[in-house]
Amino acid sequence: MMTRSFQSLFDPAALGLALVSCALALILSLAPATPAFAQGGPLRLTITNPNVQPLPFAVPTFEAETPGAEQLAADISRVIAADLTGTGVFREIPATAFVSTVDSFAQPVAYTDWRTINAQALITGAVAVNGGQVTVKFRLYDVFSGTELGAGQQLVGTTDGWRRMAHKVADQVYSRITGEGGYFDSRVVFVAETGPKNDRRKRLAIMDYDGANVQYLTDSSSIVLAPRFSPLGDRVIYTSWDSGFPRINALDVGTVTRQQLATQQGEMSFSPRFSRDGRSVIYSLSNGGNTDIWRTDIGTGQHQRLTNAPSIETAPSLSPDGARIVFESDRSGTQQLYVMSATGGEPQRISFGEGRYGSPVWSPRGDLIAFTKQNAGRFHIGVMRTDGSEERLLTASFLDESPTWSPNGRVLMFTRETQGESGAPAIYSVDVSGRNLQRVDTPAAASDASWGPLQP
Amino acid sequence: MKYLTPALLLVAALAASGCANRNNRGADSGMGAGAGAGVAGPVDPASNPASPQYFSQRIGDRVLFEVDQFTLTETGRATLNGQAEWLLTNADYRAVIEGHADEQGTREYNLALGSRRANAVREYLVSRGVPTGRLQTVTYGKERPLAICSEEACYAQNRRAVTVIAAGSIS
Repeated sequence: MMTRSFQSLFDPAALGLALVSCALALILSLAPATPAFAQGGPLRLTITNPNVQPLPFAVPTFEAETPGAEQLAADISRVIAADLTGTGVFREIPATAFVSTVDSFAQPVAYTDWRTINAQALITGAVAVNGGQVTVKFRLYDVFSGTELGAGQQLVGTTDGWRRMAHKVADQVYSRITGEGGYFDSRVVFVAETGPKNDRRKRLAIMDYDGANVQYLTDSSSIVLAPRFSPLGDRVIYTSWDSGFPRINALDVGTVTRQQLATQQGEMSFSPRFSRDGRSVIYSLSNGGNTDIWRTDIGTGQHQRLTNAPSIETAPSLSPDGARIVFESDRSGTQQLYVMSATGGEPQRISFGEGRYGSPVWSPRGDLIAFTKQNAGRFHIGVMRTDGSEERLLTASFLDESPTWSPNGRVLMFTRETQGESGAPAIYSVDVSGRNLQRVDTPAAASDASWGPLQP
Repeated sequence: MKYLTPALLLVAALAASGCANRNNRGADSGMGAGAGAGVAGPVDPASNPASPQYFSQRIGDRVLFEVDQFTLTETGRATLNGQAEWLLTNADYRAVIEGHADEQGTREYNLALGSRRANAVREYLVSRGVPTGRLQTVTYGKERPLAICSEEACYAQNRRAVTVIAAGSIS
């Protein structure tokens, strides 16, 4: 069970934290802009198609409905465009190519003007500011069908939550066109790193999925590693050396209070992950040089040993239905991936390729397991089906590790560390197809990303 | 753990005067900390056989390992024989054994590997008569490299277990 004494070690105000409270008060649908006259099939982009061509879209700068809302309207339009472009499956048509403008959100859309420049999707919107409150309206048009795709929506939030509102609009656009869940309105917890390689200082930090709004959750007085979000995104568990030994800590993201998790007694515990219901934690416990996997129920404090072998068993990750655990073990002589029942029992080896496999993570869709592979002096991020078949390597570098899934199971973030004395880590993202490798824009070196859920 | 005895405070003061060697960072992160730089007085603490400096500099506070291994080498055992002897002679001290790995490996695996290495040293010291109650192990995985190039010359120095002497009993 959790230790009862909450230690309020960090004063959010002192650290300059303005933790984003739920900025969005209301989302409601607008009446259709124009009657739907579908010509041909609706606009649809299948992102799993390996030969997918980026879909051209246009986002004319949103209309400012109140005086002074111009900047915010422009900023929101830019974030929406960046979200969509960043997926690699959308391509923005620059405003310089437009043959007409959208001066008024209420005005009927001149489809022929957008067809002329081959915009397949058109996003229009309007922004109004009243005091600290922002209202964002948007509509999505299927230009070649000459119809509105889905209903227009209105979002109301606070001024400081404007990026979230933009991400929400982009999530809607992405979902309506691809049929997939979105992932833009999500946050990532990670380790911010400063200092030279032999005196690295690490702090827990949290950011929006695109690197914006970075906030620090701990100071750098002790090593912190591998934070993991709870399923609801309200808590983070991580490994800290603040006791002098690696132990699992839990931190409430909203209040920035932390507590040491009372895991089974042992010398060292690390590599934790929440269960899907957030009520228990699976982790590694090291005792007498031997590392095995345990589970602790946070509420009752009951511990359960899940593996019992003289080999290394670590990096457990639960399947979305909570029934199985994938983990790594060197019981065969090298690091390989195994799947067992969530209650323990005989594991089945699933990795059989060349090299060593570690840090497996079960996809939130349940269909794939992402992993780190080490072979012939290179590191890779890869995916395989849950039975180990259809292994595909997505990346290759001097050191790639620690994959984490986007909420929709279509994108992975991971740590890439560069070689040599000035080597430093950065967080990258890659599509599950292996396309669209991008560095996430963090203010300094960063590692060990854990991608949280889509925010409500 | 108790950190209140004068002997340890002295060690801490010497370390602080050497170079930046913060708490919680692995006591070996500043090689040569307390080795004399900036320390007032002509006496080299390492000349006193009962000093932790003597232990770390004359006997040798670390043993090295082969890639992905935790078995002790011949050289390693010789060093540990000296460590055991010192610990048996200087019964007021305890030791924390830090296990480290090089950067060629995943974070989680290297934590487990560091734990194996630290434990290999502990078991050997115990086999030489050091009471288990005076020994603790901690893994740092690949988090505290000593040498920072990405070549075997550096990796070999980083695959190590370091015996850090501290005063007082383990609470």
